[in-house]
Amino acid sequence: MDTDPVFKALADRSRRLLLDSLNASNGQTLTELCEHLDMTRQAVTQHLNLLEAANLVATTWRGREKLHFLNPVPLQEIYDRWISKFERSRVRALRDLKRRLERTRSA
Amino acid sequence: MPKSTFVYVTYIAAPAETVWKALLDGEFTRQYWGHENVSDWKPGSTWEHRRPDGSQAPSILGEVIEARPPHRLVITWANPSDRARRDKHSRVTFDLESLTGMVRLTVTHDELDAGSDMERAIVNGWPRVLSSLKSLLETGHALPTWARG
Repeated sequence: MDTDPVFKALADRSRRLLLDSLNASNGQTLTELCEHLDMTRQAVTQHLNLLEAANLVATTWRGREKLHFLNPVPLQEIYDRWISKFERSRVRALRDLKRRLERTRSA
Repeated sequence: MPKSTFVYVTYIAAPAETVWKALLDGEFTRQYWGHENVSDWKPGSTWEHRRPDGSQAPSILGEVIEARPPHRLVITWANPSDRARRDKHSRVTFDLESLTGMVRLTVTHDELDAGSDMERAIVNGWPRVLSSLKSLLETGHALPTWARG
């Protein structure tokens, strides 16, 4: 799948906030997503359509309610494209080190 | 205990029959999943997710609920220690939808114990498994996704 829609979808703060919200609580309805965000219902709907077109959000129906789920598979595909198996452990070690140091500093 | 649901979607440029076979056939799953899926895939049968190193104990097991090739597969999913405890089994549904030149594969993992080790494991696992499956079917190479070190 073309990755342009993924990067375009991610290049917007509101859409990243929607993904954060789903990451914190997966399977929300439109109404639930609107509760936590300072956006009109119409704006949230448009952002969700774009995220769904980029395959970053997957939806299912529960009766008449549409539930939204964070779909991280396209992000995994991007990660797999540029990070080889040999770099993986080093990238992970650097990330862990950064987390540890930043935690120590803020403590 | 509250239950959680996760939904994963990937588009794979391959016929639905090929994707179906890749989910069920141990020879395929060993390449992109690092495990062999073993079952006769009949409703009511057991399925096992085994390491290919010859060890007999499965990593995951469950029951086949529904198998409608090449459209829909529903299985339960549990740690071997919970084999007899059906309340500890979660459920995985694979839906394959044929589109022009590709398949939309949706994996729904539900009835998971929220906050459990199993939940953490599958959240890490499914994106890697699906990305690796897509790579194998589209390029002939699985991703070294289970490589350590």
